[in-house]
Amino acid sequence: MTEKLPDKIETIITPISLEYEYTPGTASTIFLRGMKQGRILGQRCPVSGAVYVPPRGSSPTHGVPTEGEIEVSDHGTLRSFTVVHLPIPGSEVSPPFVAAIILLDGADQTCLHVVSGCEPSEVRMGMRLRAVWKNRADWDYSFENIRYFEPSGEPDVPIESFRRESSA
Amino acid sequence: MSQDLGPEETLSARFKLEFDYTRSVGPVVGRFLMGLLQRRIEGIRMSDGRVLVPPTEYDPLTSESLDEFVEVGDAGEVVSWSWVQVPREKHPLDRPFAWALIRLDGADVPMLHAVDAGSESRMRSGGRVKVRWRAERVGHIRDIECFEPEDAS
Repeated sequence: MTEKLPDKIETIITPISLEYEYTPGTASTIFLRGMKQGRILGQRCPVSGAVYVPPRGSSPTHGVPTEGEIEVSDHGTLRSFTVVHLPIPGSEVSPPFVAAIILLDGADQTCLHVVSGCEPSEVRMGMRLRAVWKNRADWDYSFENIRYFEPSGEPDVPIESFRRESSA
Repeated sequence: MSQDLGPEETLSARFKLEFDYTRSVGPVVGRFLMGLLQRRIEGIRMSDGRVLVPPTEYDPLTSESLDEFVEVGDAGEVVSWSWVQVPREKHPLDRPFAWALIRLDGADVPMLHAVDAGSESRMRSGGRVKVRWRAERVGHIRDIECFEPEDAS
């Protein structure tokens, strides 16, 4: 060995790993099959009419199964965000990047994605965004078909309007 | 990317979740591991006089702190064993081997390790085995690559 021996051993590194096979179930399958076609599909709560994307199969507010295949837009509004300065192991996105809570047009539930295509300092609540997709030939059964969201150039949505929606 | 699936086919995907867990080993196990790095195996004397390998920080009988280290041999006797015909990915050897409880010379309590016996017919309780040291040691139980029957060398 070329390395100098340590004076003492104080720690050991124990790699932990878990391999598993994920089967998405009915609701997530609708979403993932939509992704394969470049469509964003959700489901509707039959009681409140709220559209959930990605759908989980049940309405979190009314506890009933959600229904249908509701297509929503790949444009949306940034509701909240944080600037991330630490790298994510295994991710192609390098810091600093913006993790954002986005409400897609036609959806009633926000989703989490990365915002790029502008400086983090330009990002603001109410900003309008659009999805940047991978090349069609690379589309898979995956939310990762959307590489990130970027500013769409549409006028901002007033932050005051968020308040009304969240009290519904 | 995956192929297009028919409308009736079930989606599924393989995932691997992993992270490195860093554990502090304490003064007693730390000394044991430091010994392995130097090709030395140390046990500890319990309150009843028996020698325990690997050493523990506290007496299994009285829960008192232990501090009398005792160097033991790098060969010993198989107390019991179980043959693994099809090793799994995380096993220490990639060919059939035995898990064995091995009482090292000078120790009173057997420790668990792998024996690279080649075939099950070479394993027997009471048989002698010897450490095969790993060439590149880091201070880990796997610095002992495995044991092998003493008649192999």
